[in-house]
Amino acid sequence: MNERSSNQSAATAPDEISLSCRGPLVMLFLHAAFWLVAASVLALVASLKFHSPAFLSGCAWLTYGRVHSAAVNAQLYGFAVQAGLGVALWIIAQTGRSPLPHPLGFIIGAAVWNLGVLSGIVAILAGQGTGYENLEFPFYSALLLFLGFLVVGSGALLAIHSRRERSLTPAHWFLIAALFWFPWILSGAYLLLTVWPVRGLMQSMVVWWFGGNLTFVWLSLVGLAALFHFIPQILGRPLHSRQMALFTFWTLLFFGSWTGIPSTAPVPAWIPALSAVMTLLTLVTLLSAWTNLRQTNSGGQPLPGNLAPLRFLLFGLGMFQLAGLMRIVLSLPVLGHITSFTWFAAAQIQLQSFGFFSMVMLGAVYFIFPRLMGTGLSCTKAPLRHFWLAAVGCLLVALPWALGGVAQGLKLADASIPFMVISHSTLSFLRVSSLGEVLILVCNLMFAMNLLMTTTRCASTFFLPAFLAITAQTPKAEVKP
Amino acid sequence: MNYGPLVFLTAFVALSASWFGFVLTPQIQIGRLTESTNTLNTAELYPKARPGQAAQGLQVYRANGCAACHTQQTVQEGTSIDVYLLEVGTNAAAVATALVNANVGFTRIDDPGFFLNLPKNILPGTTIEAAKRAFKGAQSAGAKAQIRINPQGPDIARHWGVRGSVAADYLFDQPVMLGSQRVGPDLSNVGARLPDVNWHLLHLYAPQQVVKGSLMPPHRFLFNVSKAGQHPSPDALQVPPEVAPAPGYEVVPKPEALALAAYLVSLNSSTPVFETPMTLASSATSTNSPAK
Repeated sequence: MNERSSNQSAATAPDEISLSCRGPLVMLFLHAAFWLVAASVLALVASLKFHSPAFLSGCAWLTYGRVHSAAVNAQLYGFAVQAGLGVALWIIAQTGRSPLPHPLGFIIGAAVWNLGVLSGIVAILAGQGTGYENLEFPFYSALLLFLGFLVVGSGALLAIHSRRERSLTPAHWFLIAALFWFPWILSGAYLLLTVWPVRGLMQSMVVWWFGGNLTFVWLSLVGLAALFHFIPQILGRPLHSRQMALFTFWTLLFFGSWTGIPSTAPVPAWIPALSAVMTLLTLVTLLSAWTNLRQTNSGGQPLPGNLAPLRFLLFGLGMFQLAGLMRIVLSLPVLGHITSFTWFAAAQIQLQSFGFFSMVMLGAVYFIFPRLMGTGLSCTKAPLRHFWLAAVGCLLVALPWALGGVAQGLKLADASIPFMVISHSTLSFLRVSSLGEVLILVCNLMFAMNLLMTTTRCASTFFLPAFLAITAQTPKAEVKP
Repeated sequence: MNYGPLVFLTAFVALSASWFGFVLTPQIQIGRLTESTNTLNTAELYPKARPGQAAQGLQVYRANGCAACHTQQTVQEGTSIDVYLLEVGTNAAAVATALVNANVGFTRIDDPGFFLNLPKNILPGTTIEAAKRAFKGAQSAGAKAQIRINPQGPDIARHWGVRGSVAADYLFDQPVMLGSQRVGPDLSNVGARLPDVNWHLLHLYAPQQVVKGSLMPPHRFLFNVSKAGQHPSPDALQVPPEVAPAPGYEVVPKPEALALAAYLVSLNSSTPVFETPMTLASSATSTNSPAK
């Protein structure tokens, strides 16, 4: 791994490579931050409905089902994939030591992507969602997503192709796979759901296949790429084992892509059984990533000023393990039958998409942004505060859901307990989790404000002198009568 | 791995393998199902497409994200084989001896109460061999017995369905919304449980009035509250006074509400099919509680 960039202090002027990243990455990160805030607002609205079912129920646009899926999709496509792309571009440009080609192309791609997300979220709230989990965006929004990703992704591949540092790092493997993976699964799913629609339960099979490949494989590919890149860089030491990273990569691709079918699915029994075996095998992916990164981290000290990003990354690594283990529990025949259909599954998704992926991305963005802008963050103490708030918020959402989910599942398995009693027994857990949603909203706002203010400050250092020069009052003496 | 194309190839092979396994193979197995007589009652075609209004209601169900809180899949954990004694005949002592000799777990039957309260499940949750021996024994002694196969599981015990859901149940739905969370009850057979359209309309308008303590948000945007005028609408909903609009106004369901209610009433997958063997005679009300 090339370590030259790691010693670059946050305050020094960005080099040619970082400058080439500035436009595209600011575009991607600011929009990602916007969607992150939007997702947490929507999730909070959905959560508050458990305090009073009548809350905002008069408006069709704000009914629980629509707000809930809008929140999930804003988080996935608005934040996760977008921030993932930004971080991927940075890693590719930095490790390849070559500037991004055609920055304007990336900006156009990102604009198309965001148009797709915006139209999709509005469509869901307007009742035009497809009804498929994780694929609620209507076809036209998905088409925009696909095109946007194609533009950004092919630009990223061009950047990899034209790299000056020829050796590929582990992060590269994960990112190359991710750049192909997403358009494949997105087009595969939408072609089979809307263009040549499959019949009956095959729709659910396609949705599960896509869901497993997006929420587990794609998020893990990009999240692990960021972990494998930034943890060694922040600690200023090489990755513990390249071979082990290769093992993680292969097992993630070959086992992870066969997961995602719920144990309770009403399909021929071999399908959930095979999926359960493969999900169990992802344990080796979890363990190898954990061992590799723990060994890299143990005894290391972060380079000055990088404590907050490292905390984000390590927290994300921990949650990757926890979410992966919960996923295995959900897929197993006996345990899965108890925990499916409960809040335990929701907790798993929360840990996977927020606890692991978003936290890793937030850490990476906090690391990248000062180097990108050539100025410190607008608020330098904010990242650490953000970390503690986000960590507490994430656990405050996920733990009550997980515990409440197990209790709910055990009661659902006992037919003598009336359903209404079970529903009400989950309420206290859900109400605690609303507090976590509030915390997450606060830290997402902090994050978005920090990025926005840093960007405006950087922009003002460029434009303010020019602006002042233009608008400076000409001394009266020089004005000719 | 220092070559980009090699990474590409690995990813391509991995994803195509999973596509063949989880999309193509199931498509060959369950994607080409048709309406058939694959039912225990061979005179019946199953599945049937939903009637027009119910098919429109599916789209209302989709648009409002009802699947965020409701699943549509009854999970079956297994089957239970039971032997029911229907009539004891004239010689109770001979039946008792035959059952003991059938070697199905009875050492002696001398309690006369054993033959009371018929029909009764005398061998709950047994094996098919033991059930056959007990059945033959009872028949030979002049009693009438029946072997019943009952789907098992908490969902079925909750009367959310008489059997587990199978692929055929969803054949004509586009989209299929199985749901993944049970914030509310499972709806795969709600039409069999609650067949009254007006119940559903009132429940959509004011859930807490119909189901005490319900967590479901009211869906009033599916209804128009308008002045009753000279000719009140024949569709107007009879609402309880707690949620009634101002005097002179009526609550009229919009077409979406009527479609959604028609869809909910159409949700019924109780037709017995071969994938989930069950005895036809046993209705949803038959219990599997152990013999007293």
